[in-house]
Amino acid sequence: MKKTPIYDLHLALSGKIIDFGGWALPVEYEGIIAEHNNVRTKAGLFDVSHMGEIVVKGSNAEKYLQQVLTNDISAMVDNQVYYTLMCYPDGGVVDDLIVYKYNSEYYLLVVNASTKDKDLCWLQEASHGQVEINDLSDSYALLALQGPKAEEILQELTDVALDELKFFRFNPELKIAGIPALVSRTGYTGEDGFEIYANPVQAPLLWESLLKDGAKHGLKPAGLGARDTLRFEAALPLYGHEISQDITPLEAGLGFFVKLNKDDFIGKQALVRQKEAGISRKLVGFEMIDRGVPRSEYEVQVNGVKVGFVTTGGFSPSLNKSIGLALIDSDYAQEDATIEIVVRNKSLKARIIPKPFYKKRYKGK
Amino acid sequence: MKIIKDLKYTASHEWIRVEGNIAFIGITDYAQSHLGTIVFVELPEVGDQLSKGAPLSVVESVKAASDVYTPVSGTVTAINEELIDDPEKINKEPYESWFVSIELSDPTELENTVAGEEYERLSEREE
Repeated sequence: MKKTPIYDLHLALSGKIIDFGGWALPVEYEGIIAEHNNVRTKAGLFDVSHMGEIVVKGSNAEKYLQQVLTNDISAMVDNQVYYTLMCYPDGGVVDDLIVYKYNSEYYLLVVNASTKDKDLCWLQEASHGQVEINDLSDSYALLALQGPKAEEILQELTDVALDELKFFRFNPELKIAGIPALVSRTGYTGEDGFEIYANPVQAPLLWESLLKDGAKHGLKPAGLGARDTLRFEAALPLYGHEISQDITPLEAGLGFFVKLNKDDFIGKQALVRQKEAGISRKLVGFEMIDRGVPRSEYEVQVNGVKVGFVTTGGFSPSLNKSIGLALIDSDYAQEDATIEIVVRNKSLKARIIPKPFYKKRYKGK
Repeated sequence: MKIIKDLKYTASHEWIRVEGNIAFIGITDYAQSHLGTIVFVELPEVGDQLSKGAPLSVVESVKAASDVYTPVSGTVTAINEELIDDPEKINKEPYESWFVSIELSDPTELENTVAGEEYERLSEREE
């Protein structure tokens, strides 16, 4: 298994290490629910150094990204971050990612760890040599500081006024505890927070400085388990679950990040056709009426007939009940409607409810 | 890791308390700590006849669903309804939280269980 620069510190903190797509990462330290609640009420520090960082540069960079990504890259200003998808010609998703624009000739793409190699190939193939594409994943450690106390904690370690760093903006060169870092006001928890990119050699010191200084504000490390329950409550998609090669962004309710009115991009024709024909599947949120825990890939039925499947399910620590996201036939996707989740051959009742389950609390908008 | 001396244990982290011909079955402190916070438990019905190794229960933690298999054969004489309303009791008091009681159909199966000290050694080796 590959190790992040923080690995030894996870062990020192008694992190329970699991194999996460080939990476040795902590699923929890003191427990998923405690870590989850700590991020919602105070702040948590995540090591997400497994994420992939890809740089695209050259005079054609903007034009090229406009072609391979679904969001409108030409609308970005310098030091802005966009969430976007990257699609196949048939509208299926290669990956979802965030793009950092330094300038119109230099962009940093942050992609999922499990899809990084595939993404790189896809980006290379689509480039026809018009841009330079470099995998810099080994040059970046990535820490996510998330929670209502995140700004207060980080502010104590830097001279730059963080209240001026707006949501989905970044500062490419700020110093935290004396360590140079790229900091963006982004995250994957539904809380305010920052993602901090630093040199892997200095990352352990950065991790320790943040935890030490943040302790008085209640900062604690948080593992992958809490990362998943937090993003799930905020209904933030996870590649391979809510979106995939077989699920388009429109079906997943991510149309806002797909600009069908911009010039041609990979997947546009298929997605335009899908929208015109009417989107036949829809991602919905549900809560269990019967007792039971829904999990990914469980079948969803209406009157005993299959109408879809669960994309993510589980126990929500914030709501203290079992909830899920499911991709179902649009005809059945009405709020308050009753659906059945097949749990170990038993049909359990659930109710369609609005998502996100947890109202996001971003600052700096 | 907490271990109660007088109980019998299995390598798959169940404990068994035998009272006459009745066996009370639960999961060990080691098992609950590895599962994490338990949010749901599915139990069989009273009267179900189970053979050794058959699925006895499904325990859902925040992380995932895990199967518990019965270490002995017999008929379910009672289920612990308290766990259905308060599954986290398994985390807090694993040795008080019996899942079911089973009337043993073959008490010799208990010979396959181990004592507390031996179980402690087995679990330590797993770490």
